[in-house]
Amino acid sequence: MEHVVNTPAWALLAYLVSGVLFILALRGLSSPETSRAGNRYGMAGMLIAVVTTLVMQQLAGILEIAVAIAVGGAIGLVTARRIAMTDMPQLVAAFHSLVGMAAVLVGLAAWLNPAAFGIADSAGQIFAISRVELALGTAIGAITFSGSIIAFAKLNGNMSGAPIILPGRHLINFGILGGIIVLVVLYVLSGAGGAGEGSLIPTVVALSFLIGFLLIIPIGGADMPVVVSMLNSYSGWAAAAMGFTLSNSAMIITGALVGSSGAILSYIMCKAMNRSFISVISGGFGQDATAAGGGPVIDRPYKTGSADDAAFLLKNAEKVIIVPGYGMAVAQAQHVLREMGDLLEEQGVDVRYAIHPVAGRMPGHMNVLLAEANVDYEKVFELEDINSDFGQADVAFVIGANDVTNPAAKTDKTSPIYGMPILDVEKAATTLFIKRSMGGAGYAGVENELFFRDNTMMLLSDAKKMVEEIVKAL
Amino acid sequence: MDFISILSIFVMACFVGYYVVWSVTPALHTPLMAVTNAISSVIIVGALIASAAAGVASAKWLGLIAVALASVNIFGGFAVTARMLAMYKKKEKKALAVKAGS
Repeated sequence: MEHVVNTPAWALLAYLVSGVLFILALRGLSSPETSRAGNRYGMAGMLIAVVTTLVMQQLAGILEIAVAIAVGGAIGLVTARRIAMTDMPQLVAAFHSLVGMAAVLVGLAAWLNPAAFGIADSAGQIFAISRVELALGTAIGAITFSGSIIAFAKLNGNMSGAPIILPGRHLINFGILGGIIVLVVLYVLSGAGGAGEGSLIPTVVALSFLIGFLLIIPIGGADMPVVVSMLNSYSGWAAAAMGFTLSNSAMIITGALVGSSGAILSYIMCKAMNRSFISVISGGFGQDATAAGGGPVIDRPYKTGSADDAAFLLKNAEKVIIVPGYGMAVAQAQHVLREMGDLLEEQGVDVRYAIHPVAGRMPGHMNVLLAEANVDYEKVFELEDINSDFGQADVAFVIGANDVTNPAAKTDKTSPIYGMPILDVEKAATTLFIKRSMGGAGYAGVENELFFRDNTMMLLSDAKKMVEEIVKAL
Repeated sequence: MDFISILSIFVMACFVGYYVVWSVTPALHTPLMAVTNAISSVIIVGALIASAAAGVASAKWLGLIAVALASVNIFGGFAVTARMLAMYKKKEKKALAVKAGS
């Protein structure tokens, strides 16, 4: 259509190359062996995109730019080096917020100085199509920013993970969302669409910050895997929208990749909880459990055991399947758990790990922690690959997981987790359950039938301490 | 490039993204999020354009802040991804793996 950015052909090609390298970066993640090369493709793609842009601008303002890159880069590198693997979900949320904010700033800069971006006519009026892209890009960026900040605060414990429910929140949210859409339409149609004109764009940004905040506060901590994936997707769409504004293929390709990646991960997470995306983002899940207070009353008999009992059972087993959950991450028990696994293997026990897709606070969280603890990734299996093996296992060792093993998901139609795929730990000859205490149900607020079965032994202790004692007893 | 060409690239890239992401092994979903994070900071291209442009000082400053923010993400994102990926290894060297396999 009307807008033409004067990008030379060599630069267009270079951006295309960097877009392709980004595709290869994701492609590499299909297996751990190829993933490291993939990451290097990603870095190369980024380098090409940055250098191309700088050269195209004849290195104008290179000094300030170099300082900005050095400052940001140093902060990034130090953070990446220091962060504990258990804190990865918060780090990712924090990084998402930065992409969101960068998109907002770029959008505002383009609005203030459209000529630099080649999106204005000779009279300084921004092209209608560019106004749509610009407004959408900044709005999505702003939602990504404030939403990610809340997700970060919830994951990092700066804010309670419990859902915060405002009265009439759906009405408020739809009102604000409608307001944003009306303002964007007004901006696109208005005569005042030139450089930095009017207050429509700043208002859109302000309202988008607000809606991002309101959308995430009612969502409980355990639904964070979906939220983090969703914000991942948003950050991609924000980049894509900015790519449209700049007619930049590298940005568009990346935006589409990241956007679909986040969307697919959200879908996988929702499916693993048997909940619709809408029900997750409308929030409030798990609030009944907190409202009830004190958790369910335990008046049924259950068996408890000591570390020695557990060690005895494990030692004499042929096949052991370990089921880690968020509790393992909280207790930082992954290293000592691997030690336990090694000891058992030395005694000829077949040890494997079973991972539920929603275990932890972000997709793949458990896998990273086990990898950090040096567990061979070929011993780590996903739900559908290992679930049929529980029947042959002598011991299922559940550490810090609860709802993902609850058989009520298969039998009890009234249960809030009904229909959720679970790990069939009850089929193992014996189930060992490490849990801090018998009070406190899982995040869904449901009691786990499994605790009261004859072949279940409860190991009531802190996860790390219990595993340490088992290691000693072995 | 005109709008339709750009839109074509976008639609095709969505399809590529769909198939590529489904082929990612679930064990690497956390690195996937970290690396998508890093590459979405390609938005730095826009920030660089704003920073280099003369004329409007406010736009230039916004651009420079955006460059710094995106750089945190680029360096941090790739570095943390590399750190995670380095941990995924097979334990073939260790003797105990041999014993368990035999």
